[in-house]
Amino acid sequence: MLPVLDNYLPILVFIVIAGVIAVAMVGGSLLAARQKPYAEKLSAYECGFEAFDDARRRFDVRYYLVAILFIIFDLEVAFLFPWAVSLSDVGLFGFLSMIGFLAVLTVGFIYEWCKGALDWE
Amino acid sequence: MSNFFFETTGGRVILTFAEALALLVPLLIMVAYLTYAERKVLAAIQLRRGPNVVGPFGLLQPFADAIKMLMKETVIPSGSNRLLFLLAPMLTFGLAMVAWAVIPVNEGWAIADINVGILYLFAISSLGVYGVIIAGWASNSKYAFLGALRSAAQMVSYEVSMGFVIVSVLLCVGSLNLTDIVLAQQTIWFCIPLFPMFIVFFISTLAETNRSPFDLPEGESEIVAGFFVEYSSLSFGLFFLGEYANMILMSGLTTILFLGGWLAPFGVVPFTWIPGPIWFILKVCLCLFVFIWVRGTFPRYRYDQLMRLGWKVFLPLSLAWLVITAGALMLFGWLPHAPA
Repeated sequence: MLPVLDNYLPILVFIVIAGVIAVAMVGGSLLAARQKPYAEKLSAYECGFEAFDDARRRFDVRYYLVAILFIIFDLEVAFLFPWAVSLSDVGLFGFLSMIGFLAVLTVGFIYEWCKGALDWE
Repeated sequence: MSNFFFETTGGRVILTFAEALALLVPLLIMVAYLTYAERKVLAAIQLRRGPNVVGPFGLLQPFADAIKMLMKETVIPSGSNRLLFLLAPMLTFGLAMVAWAVIPVNEGWAIADINVGILYLFAISSLGVYGVIIAGWASNSKYAFLGALRSAAQMVSYEVSMGFVIVSVLLCVGSLNLTDIVLAQQTIWFCIPLFPMFIVFFISTLAETNRSPFDLPEGESEIVAGFFVEYSSLSFGLFFLGEYANMILMSGLTTILFLGGWLAPFGVVPFTWIPGPIWFILKVCLCLFVFIWVRGTFPRYRYDQLMRLGWKVFLPLSLAWLVITAGALMLFGWLPHAPA
């Protein structure tokens, strides 16, 4: 095994254990409990009436908007991680470069705000 | 068994299995008793008794609940994607467990002492959204679908400000390793110099774990239970366990980032006698108590208020504080030098 990967072995072990516990619990209850399905029980839950159409329908576009904004800002955070750790090495130039990058993003953020992309009524 | 055995790959795998079980079994018991503690504390807040029938003081209640759930029928709705429907709770539960691989309960006790620990935790907690989305989609029920959308939008919104908070802690540490983060707090816990970030982080963890007052993905009074409305039996139980394990994980993360991990509050004699893991668990319990206390005290947010708080308050605040922190560290020359 590569020495670099040595530290990651426990994560693999954790994944295996978590998977085994999860499958054992669901499988155990499937085996232990009496299954008695019928059509009414298996229909989708609605408050007191029959389910009348597919649940996968159109939804508000703002959820997409939130997801897109999230991608932009999360990438930004991902850029910040290595910068934060090595700030003492990159010095003033590195600091000012990142401030410039954040300033550009802030301008974009202000634009979104003024456009009303962050408003929910 | 000689030490040589543990040098071989097979031996190391067995040793790691033992270590992992030594962490996960107490964790699962803690999760069980967290549900009990929550009911007891909420009851005390509402001047009730809480569970008190099963065992002394109702202490066996979590196990009775587990057995009851085990004996229930697993209902898989006819319109659902069966495989994804069963996969989603396993994913939620699994991720909540896997994240614990890197948590250091004491110095050198991290089972996987990787040098990018905090990045790993950030990645795993991001993956949590998948369990929610898959559950909501696979159920093919309107309530589940709406709940999943809300929950996903909420989780990603607060993740951004959480990321900024973590970065401002990293600026003060100069390392991504969780053990280094705790050891950097030997002079002062980060909750004091970074106090506003501590508050932002704690409120964001409430939103991340879909806890009250941000529990509108499950908002009982409007969309019954949100994304897991169609679940029953232990597939519901896995969501439940996952949510509570995530609460403990987030409390652990708060402890490591801001409350000095396993360090004693004062480096003087009566405090240093108490071993590190005890301090760690006490701090985690304190955070968990605040989680429950908040649930017993505050009314639920409205969705537009929730989004406004995340995007228009926390995001600018944490971004500004990040720049201020970096600037102050640069100005005064307090930047930590990364260990070689």
